[in-house]
Amino acid sequence: MIRAELQRSWVLLWKDLLIERRAKAAFNAMAFFAGVVLLTFGFAVGPDAPGVAVETGGGTLLQHLSPGLVWVAILFTSQLAADRSFQLELERGGLDALRVYPGDRKALYFGKLLANLAILLLMEAVLLPFAGILYSLDLWARLPQLAGVAVLTTLALSATGTFYAALTANLRARQVLLPLLLFPVLIPVLLAAVKATGLVLRGDPMNELASWVKLLGAADVLFLIVAALTFEYVVEE
Amino acid sequence: MVVATGLRKRFARTWALRGVTFTVQPGEIIALLGANGSGKSTLLRLLATAARPSGGTVQLFGQDPARAAAALRARIGVLGHASGLYGELTARENLHFAATMYGISLSAEACDARLNAVGLGHAAGARVGTYSQGMVQRLSLLRSTLHDPDLLLLDEPYTALDVNGLGIVDRVLTDVRAAGKSALMATHLVERSLRLCDRAIVLAGGTIAYDGAVASVPSSVLPSEMEGVA
Repeated sequence: MIRAELQRSWVLLWKDLLIERRAKAAFNAMAFFAGVVLLTFGFAVGPDAPGVAVETGGGTLLQHLSPGLVWVAILFTSQLAADRSFQLELERGGLDALRVYPGDRKALYFGKLLANLAILLLMEAVLLPFAGILYSLDLWARLPQLAGVAVLTTLALSATGTFYAALTANLRARQVLLPLLLFPVLIPVLLAAVKATGLVLRGDPMNELASWVKLLGAADVLFLIVAALTFEYVVEE
Repeated sequence: MVVATGLRKRFARTWALRGVTFTVQPGEIIALLGANGSGKSTLLRLLATAARPSGGTVQLFGQDPARAAAALRARIGVLGHASGLYGELTARENLHFAATMYGISLSAEACDARLNAVGLGHAAGARVGTYSQGMVQRLSLLRSTLHDPDLLLLDEPYTALDVNGLGIVDRVLTDVRAAGKSALMATHLVERSLRLCDRAIVLAGGTIAYDGAVASVPSSVLPSEMEGVA
């Protein structure tokens, strides 16, 4: 029984990634949008703008702002990814077809979630080095910690994005409602991600990182449980 | 096999179904007739467990879909208005996806044999986005019967099909009856229904205007725009 549900989630992930690899519709739009956001802020602030006091980490203003800029860009692209994943189903009546397949609908949620997570992580693998070059950030020295924060945050973005994209999939005002519903829920995650990333980049002098990482982990667990328990009713017409 | 009692479905302020009661026995092929907007597709969607009724009850194979939908769906095949196929995937990939979702194994040879049976063997490796409407319809029909369902729900199965394609739908329905299974088919083709179906249910304004032998459907309950209505 569980094996069949895992296979359903897996084949949904395979299907979404194969379509994305061939159509490249979500990834290209997301990477382009996020790249433009980072580039625009980079030009607006300038590479030599004086930073904050040395006792708070020093560096340029752009380096100090970089965690916020990066996560805002990723937040918006995560919404694009979630919306696109259900748009794909709506185009040819696929959502109806998914509704009538047997088995637990949690499998649909986890399949879609994993596909969104994979696409977002791939986009971040391109975006973060780009941000590193653009904002003169030393990412390599702190890569494991940075990757940990990125995975936890991206899981929260994907878990909620997939859930709300399914909730709004059949609505005419889908593209307006999705960010309105999604972004308020994600504010704690975004704040924790910005704070944790900033601490990772500055070397965590006050040992504060763990509490922010715990908050991200708790948000992941909470979002996954709530979404899994209620998804059945969300995809119901 | 199907017992529907007082089925109702509302979309916002509009009632698509206003209390529909009927049964489907094993081995029955039923034509669902009616004008556009009469509630045919909505009724099929309720039976497919794709939507919940606003009122009334339905029993599928003696079970309540509200409690056992996950298991019941394995016994139902659905051909909807939209294909539900993915244009970026090939026919083989679409069938592999559907088979896994149905929880059945489908070898490459079995997949190709089934595609050959509906005349799509030559295009098995082509992306469905390059298919004609008729080819998409054939593949949709094949997908809906992939898991050998006990109840087949077909919404306008003859759409866009050529003569060979029409024959494929007819053959599927004949096989369903021979196996003691059932099918409900929403269609506008009255003459074809007369030849193939055992019973007709005519919907008008969300209610049943006629339920009986297909040969005895009074022309007064059929909308004039249906093909084959004098």
